[in-house]
Amino acid sequence: MTERARYLKSFAVELGVYGALVTVYFFLVLHFLARWIEHLYRTNTRGYAVAAILLIVGQGIVLEMLTSALLRFIRARKE
Amino acid sequence: MYFGISGEHISPIFLAAIGFLIGLMGGFFGVGGSFLAGPALFAYGVPMNFVVGTDLAHIVGKSIVAAKKHRALGNVDLKLGGIMVIGTITGVEAGAQLIQYLKRHAHIDLIVGSCFIVVLLSIAAFMMWESWRTLRMQNARIEEPAPATERHDESAFDHIAKWIQSLRIPPMVSLPVSGIAEISLWIIIAVAFMGGFFSGFLGGGAGYIRMPSLVYVLGIPTHVAVGTDLFEIMISAGYGTFTHALKGNVDIMIALVMHTGAAIGAQIGAILTQYFAGPRIRLAFVPLPIIGAGIVIYGLITGNHH
Repeated sequence: MTERARYLKSFAVELGVYGALVTVYFFLVLHFLARWIEHLYRTNTRGYAVAAILLIVGQGIVLEMLTSALLRFIRARKE
Repeated sequence: MYFGISGEHISPIFLAAIGFLIGLMGGFFGVGGSFLAGPALFAYGVPMNFVVGTDLAHIVGKSIVAAKKHRALGNVDLKLGGIMVIGTITGVEAGAQLIQYLKRHAHIDLIVGSCFIVVLLSIAAFMMWESWRTLRMQNARIEEPAPATERHDESAFDHIAKWIQSLRIPPMVSLPVSGIAEISLWIIIAVAFMGGFFSGFLGGGAGYIRMPSLVYVLGIPTHVAVGTDLFEIMISAGYGTFTHALKGNVDIMIALVMHTGAAIGAQIGAILTQYFAGPRIRLAFVPLPIIGAGIVIYGLITGNHH
């Protein structure tokens, strides 16, 4: 198998694992978060603005750690 | 999936796919991708004020990580970035206030959409010209090689940057990290204001305006300009998200779903650059803002964007 094919295979595996994790995340976190965040949007604009920043920053850091860890794990297995 | 804040039904798979594509391009081309995210949300029926605010929110998550990586590489001029924050925040607020004004006067979709089209087509034209010119220069260098120093980039606009640096409008500041002996504080703030204004008005981080301005107007070396631009995008998108959220223009749930795709796309895009490089990538990038402009034109013509 060529190096490029090996990379493509590892990307496909990573994408599959990531897709499964994100689906769980959709149902467990975003589904329950939606009502609360919508209520906050309607009743407390300042609180909503702060929560919006914290949520996107938090998700940014967590997903970056997750994708980096997945890449490291797949590369370590390949070697 | 119903997004109650903006009142729209949007497929989460569509949002994650758009996020993935934007992340992939961010990693591959080094751009924020607001030129595609904005038109895609607009075409799906999201009102333009939500498009602008939500796109800013989605960019915050991406830019924090990217700016952190560039800081580790020494590509961020913190003094320049610190000065620019003043102009950036003022500009973002001015852009957001203009959005508010347009929202009240019911012309928002047409005016912001038209500005989007002009900016997108200008980016495509500039990148086509720049990449074509670089390819010609590279072909010429095959015959006569001319090495460039690490902290100075060759540019057709060098004389403009030098003239701007020579303007003595006090106070003057030095930027040792960027290799600039003296430059007027007001010029830096004006460049930052312009970038911030486009960020607040059209959404996204406005790196397509700020990054070329840093290189061609201020004369900052490209790698420092990229790192410092990401630092400013983090500030402008963060502040833009907050101020637009206060004005009710952010659907954070849409941004969170889009970002799930962007996070993985960015990693893959960055790795793919190992296989493709050079001005041919920038030339290949040219159709993308044109597609974005086409989507906005379609949305404006069809009225309800669906």
